Amino acid sequence: MYEILRREKWQDVLYSMWLKAPHIARAAQPGQFVILMTDEKGERIPLTIADIDREEGWIQIVFQIVGKTTTKLAQMNEGDELYAFVGPLGKPSEIDKYGTVVTIGGGTGIACVYPITKALKEAGNRVITIIGARTKDLIIMEDEMRKASTELLVTTDDGSYVRKGFVTDVLDEVLQREKNVRKVWAVGPAIMMKVICDVTKPYNVETIACLNAVMVDGTGMCGSCRVTVDGETKLTCVDGPEFNGHLVDWPEFLNRLLKYDQQEKQSLEIYNESLEAEG
Amino acid sequence: MTKMIPMKERGKRQQRAIRQQPVEERIHNFNEVPLGYTKEDAIYEAQRCLQCESPTCKDGCPAEVNIPEFIKKIVEEDFFGAYFELLKTNSLPAVCGRVCPQENQCYKTCVWNKAGKPVAVGRLERFIADWAREHNVHEESPKVKRKNKRVAIVGSGPAGLICAADLAKLGYDVTIFEALPKPGGVLIYGIPEFRLPKAIVEYEVNEIKRLGVTIVTNFVVGLTRRVDELAEEFDAIFLANGAGAPRFMGIPGENLNDVYSANEFLTRSNLMKAYRFPEYDTPIKVGKKVAVIGAGNVSMDSARTALRLGAEEVHIVYRRTRKEAPAREEEIAHAEEEGIIFDFLTLPTRVFGDEKGNITGVECIRMRLGKPDESGRRRPVPIEGTNFIMKVDMFIDAIGTSANPIVARSATGVQTNKWGYFVTDEKTCATTRAGIFAGGDIVRGAATVISALGDGKRAAKAIDDYLSSGGSLKENRQ
Repeated sequence: MYEILRREKWQDVLYSMWLKAPHIARAAQPGQFVILMTDEKGERIPLTIADIDREEGWIQIVFQIVGKTTTKLAQMNEGDELYAFVGPLGKPSEIDKYGTVVTIGGGTGIACVYPITKALKEAGNRVITIIGARTKDLIIMEDEMRKASTELLVTTDDGSYVRKGFVTDVLDEVLQREKNVRKVWAVGPAIMMKVICDVTKPYNVETIACLNAVMVDGTGMCGSCRVTVDGETKLTCVDGPEFNGHLVDWPEFLNRLLKYDQQEKQSLEIYNESLEAEG
Repeated sequence: MTKMIPMKERGKRQQRAIRQQPVEERIHNFNEVPLGYTKEDAIYEAQRCLQCESPTCKDGCPAEVNIPEFIKKIVEEDFFGAYFELLKTNSLPAVCGRVCPQENQCYKTCVWNKAGKPVAVGRLERFIADWAREHNVHEESPKVKRKNKRVAIVGSGPAGLICAADLAKLGYDVTIFEALPKPGGVLIYGIPEFRLPKAIVEYEVNEIKRLGVTIVTNFVVGLTRRVDELAEEFDAIFLANGAGAPRFMGIPGENLNDVYSANEFLTRSNLMKAYRFPEYDTPIKVGKKVAVIGAGNVSMDSARTALRLGAEEVHIVYRRTRKEAPAREEEIAHAEEEGIIFDFLTLPTRVFGDEKGNITGVECIRMRLGKPDESGRRRPVPIEGTNFIMKVDMFIDAIGTSANPIVARSATGVQTNKWGYFVTDEKTCATTRAGIFAGGDIVRGAATVISALGDGKRAAKAIDDYLSSGGSLKENRQ
């Protein structure tokens, strides 16, 4: 069905997989995502598409182990098949010729901002890309990013690589130096995207946040992923996942991300215990 | 062999009751509530049928089941024959026998209804379908000439399934596209296990597959492939994607964490089997005190699910009275038996929460019924100064659904009305684009399984007419 063609372990908790899905590759656009289930008893999780090849019919995903589903996914091997793999979901990024734009990726968000960056540059933009992670080992796709953008800036929280600082520190410097930034894309942990929006607001630069809401079906049926944007309720799966970050109700969004926090921890604990028992 | 009984004897009998799981047990499990007829029950009930010369019961059945004929076969203990009689027109008998609102259909038009004791057609239908499943009876693949024409069906709910079955029996090459990983639509994600066991849906879906129907799951028409693209590959298309988008009341506080749409709550529990968490990975939360808004079947399903998941107190909050409640009488009665509290003439106006997103209470206002509105039902009017706080920690919106625009957006020339539902010809289900048909909830708004099924059957006939008379989407393109 949805075969894992290639699996790479990039770091302790960071993996990339290439999945056979010609029908999704055929239709996918930058900014869209997929939903997968590892097995019949599994949960549906959304993952942004990192790369596609229409001719070879594959989709690349990048993920970090955070809960039970990503733990199970990481244990799957080349040749194994996913129970469900559906997409492309959500609206594509609005790719246009804007002039100078900034794309920012944090953690696995680096992989998600890659196709957007590539498409923006292909559309004739001057693309300044900022990628950041907690530490050197978690900086991914640096070479690909360098090729995809006009200028690449790298930072690490702990200073173990290139420089010390958050992506927001680098962003602030860029905005001081560049007077014509038309648009900013932010992809990464929710709190990072919120802080990026706080940074860009005084500069009055439109900032697109790619929201990673909790979803079930991902096609507009359940409403689990709802978010308030400019006072209106929107569904991240069909109206997003990209929204004008200055209009997002961030406290509500951050709360909703934690809705199943306890259950997720419990689920992972039980699973890890069962793995240990098996040896 | 059992025989018909004298007319006089038929008149003396009352409708045979159906055995049920006792209340105190069933509120702690997800097993089916009605247990079904035994063979003796079925024969006893079937013998009550008058075998009218011009049967009116059939008029009430959108699935066009030949009711007297299959009942006669039960009396004769020819259950095999009864099953095939049902399958002639309805490929989902075990489903229909359970979830059809028979009181508005075959019961209503049964001549015994005037005496208040219609023949329990639904229970008999269920008995036969269950018997066939338990005895592993299968329908033979149809020996019809293949027609070499391809039909695409969008959505594998009741409308799509029945349309596929009817077209496959006529020799068409049918492919159903389903967005979710399991076929069945609302039968899988919406209706709970205790009302419609999923194994039964899977069985009947597999029977339809045996007719030669292909079901492609995890495929979102509108996103994975546009309807316009399907029109280049298929000769005809039936759009039966359902009215899947959730509706919220639009009151303050509805985006707090423990506010669910009924769609989300039921999809987590039914499709994703969250009621078996952590064996299944999908979590679900349930409060101690739950308010379910609305009084349709979906509200009853949500309330009863919350109860089974461990809620201590479950309220159904409805702005009208029991009389106007759209749910089936049987569903309301089951909910009442199980201890669901009904707050009629009550309207929530605000959900209160803390800074973490937890619900702390719901403000409501009391209502009275005023003059009838366009729907003919008396319009509920708020009574000033009757606001009060209902102490609940969970809130489920079960006030209906609206059209999901994904499919329609990808279908050029297929007109929708102002609510986003497809505009169709009532008799043929034809849309405004030749070769494309539509039915079920994406035309009617949230309605019933059986009305969707009726649309699926009408569409199958119309598609057969269209293709038989030389029509094809592929040719239109050229």
